[in-house]
Amino acid sequence: MVWRGASMFKKILIANRGEIAVRILRACHEMGMAAVVVYSDVDRTALHVRKADEAYPIGAAAASESYLNIDKMLEVAKRSGADAVHPGYGFLSENAKFAQACADAGVKFIGPTAAAMEGMGSKTRARQAVEKASVPLVPGTSRGVGSPTEAQDVAARIGYPVMLKAAAGGGGKGMRLVHAPEELKSALEGARSEAERAFGDSEVYIEKAIVNPRHIEMQVLADEHGNTVYLGERECSLQRRHQKVLEEAPSPFVDVDMRHRMGEIAVRVAQAANYTNAGTVEFLVDQERNFYFLEMNTRLQVEHPVTELITGLDLVHLQIRIAAGEKLPFRQDDVRIRGHAIECRVYAEDPDDNYFPSPGKISLLQEPSGPGIRLDSGMYEGWNVPIDYDPLLAKLIAYAADRDHAIARMNRALGEYFVGGIKTNISLFRQILRDAGFRAGKLDTGFLDRMLKRVEDKPVDLKGAEVAAIAAGIFTAVGVTAPAAGNGTSGNGASASGDANSNWKSASRREALR
Amino acid sequence: MLYDVTINGKNYRLELDRPDGRWSCRLDGRYFEIDAILVRADVLSLRIENTAYEIKLERVANDLRLWVGSQPFAVDIRDPRSLRGRARAVEDHGPKKITAAMPGKVVRLLVREGDDVEPGRSIAVVEAMKMQNELKSPKKGIVRKLLVDEGDTVNAGEVLAIVD
Repeated sequence: MVWRGASMFKKILIANRGEIAVRILRACHEMGMAAVVVYSDVDRTALHVRKADEAYPIGAAAASESYLNIDKMLEVAKRSGADAVHPGYGFLSENAKFAQACADAGVKFIGPTAAAMEGMGSKTRARQAVEKASVPLVPGTSRGVGSPTEAQDVAARIGYPVMLKAAAGGGGKGMRLVHAPEELKSALEGARSEAERAFGDSEVYIEKAIVNPRHIEMQVLADEHGNTVYLGERECSLQRRHQKVLEEAPSPFVDVDMRHRMGEIAVRVAQAANYTNAGTVEFLVDQERNFYFLEMNTRLQVEHPVTELITGLDLVHLQIRIAAGEKLPFRQDDVRIRGHAIECRVYAEDPDDNYFPSPGKISLLQEPSGPGIRLDSGMYEGWNVPIDYDPLLAKLIAYAADRDHAIARMNRALGEYFVGGIKTNISLFRQILRDAGFRAGKLDTGFLDRMLKRVEDKPVDLKGAEVAAIAAGIFTAVGVTAPAAGNGTSGNGASASGDANSNWKSASRREALR
Repeated sequence: MLYDVTINGKNYRLELDRPDGRWSCRLDGRYFEIDAILVRADVLSLRIENTAYEIKLERVANDLRLWVGSQPFAVDIRDPRSLRGRARAVEDHGPKKITAAMPGKVVRLLVREGDDVEPGRSIAVVEAMKMQNELKSPKKGIVRKLLVDEGDTVNAGEVLAIVD
């Protein structure tokens, strides 16, 4: 049985990698379509290549030579005969040139038009567009500031503290928090040069800095026939250096009435942008529950699974169907929010060493499963995590009837999750879930940085150490590892570190233990 | 079999025997009844009396790390009866190499040859996986040699500087 309308695509090129490429590939297979993928030189053994129907080499490791290369991507589309392209998130997903190039080449881009993307791509242009639609904005400028004098005037009008932001920006680059007029000039210079370096565009605008804001975003979906709906919000306030780490839906801060008001405004924003397909409208929310338009993300987001779980909808299926010309198969009234979902982003990072990236070989992988657990992962045991890309390995999502149960479920799942051979941030999530403020839903964008600054007293686990000592003896006695000859660190063992062949040899010693 | 095990600075003496195929274990003289199954070479299902544990083994550089459930322990295990060597404490004297933990690019050098440094002083900033990371001096001393320039690509294990 295939869920396929008459005009449905037969083959989709996934212009991405890692966990999102696997997630999109799964939607293609569920809908009876072939999935075409691309891989750079270091991604030949990646999971998305192993699971694809067709796989094309696309160049050297550097993203500019591979996943960001528009010409190469279109060439693969042509050679494979793909009739549509899904860009995932990151890479080319918000590149209007790419969206246009696909349109020109007769390959359907699964996302908004280039024009809609450009309209929302610059934060100042986005502000200008929504201002006309009576959308509440963070007080500030909708154009970049020129001279330091102009900046001083604007800041004085808005009132300190103010936030300087890059119009072309994201991820915290080109942002400066300014508390007083004396700091403004040098902050402006700093923000400009950082923006120029990061985005090739030094345009900087000014917003009022909201104290302890929450980052709450609304999922929207629009077909190509004029129908636009909102699908509920996501709370994304847990960020480390402006990178999201844990998300949840619905937000513990949003009630039915607020959801309705934010949703309607998000729809107005999408309509003002002539938006089609899946998108997200971001809001900053102050402690009094006033919300302000921040920006619109013109792509599917990393954290889309939490929305899928509380609405029962498959966003990638819907993206594909919208791109194929179908009308939205439901109305706003049909959208129901049920239960609670939490997502943890698992990164190859060392939490004990300032989140230093941790590439390397995954020697052992134990994955959680069972009730209410969803795992969107790009890893497998034995895979060598490459150094060249963003270190997001997987997303672990827990879904339950309410927030407390979702927290308990996530905690249980984290206890089952083990990634050996590299460092991951899994231990960070257990710490977050234990936090009283988190459990009470008292979140803001400064929460995680504050929590990380508090030094946790790690109780000395004597019992655990004794168990480890006994286990060390057993591993050594059986020959999995060799003891050092009284001179310090344990040796590399008769069966050299985690090598698959010697694992099989040692496994045969299993019987010897009984 | 006799082992000296050190975990978190505490030393344990472990005696393990397997008469009649069943394990017998003494930790610092205390007897424990244990039952051990190697599920894989790096995963041990261990019962101590009737409490069950799963222990996972991980090798990180030359170190052994054992995970008891979700709790990691750095373990040092020695055979005290071996004639091959004597314990040698890690000393703070002697030159220390500042090495790159993984491949990356040196984006900034923060010291010059001849500079005095304290422990924790940043020596260089290396960019890897879209993030910048500072390499710091582990000791008080003088930067004897800088072996890279800003802009150089480095491999894992490559020495960037020597502090003496």
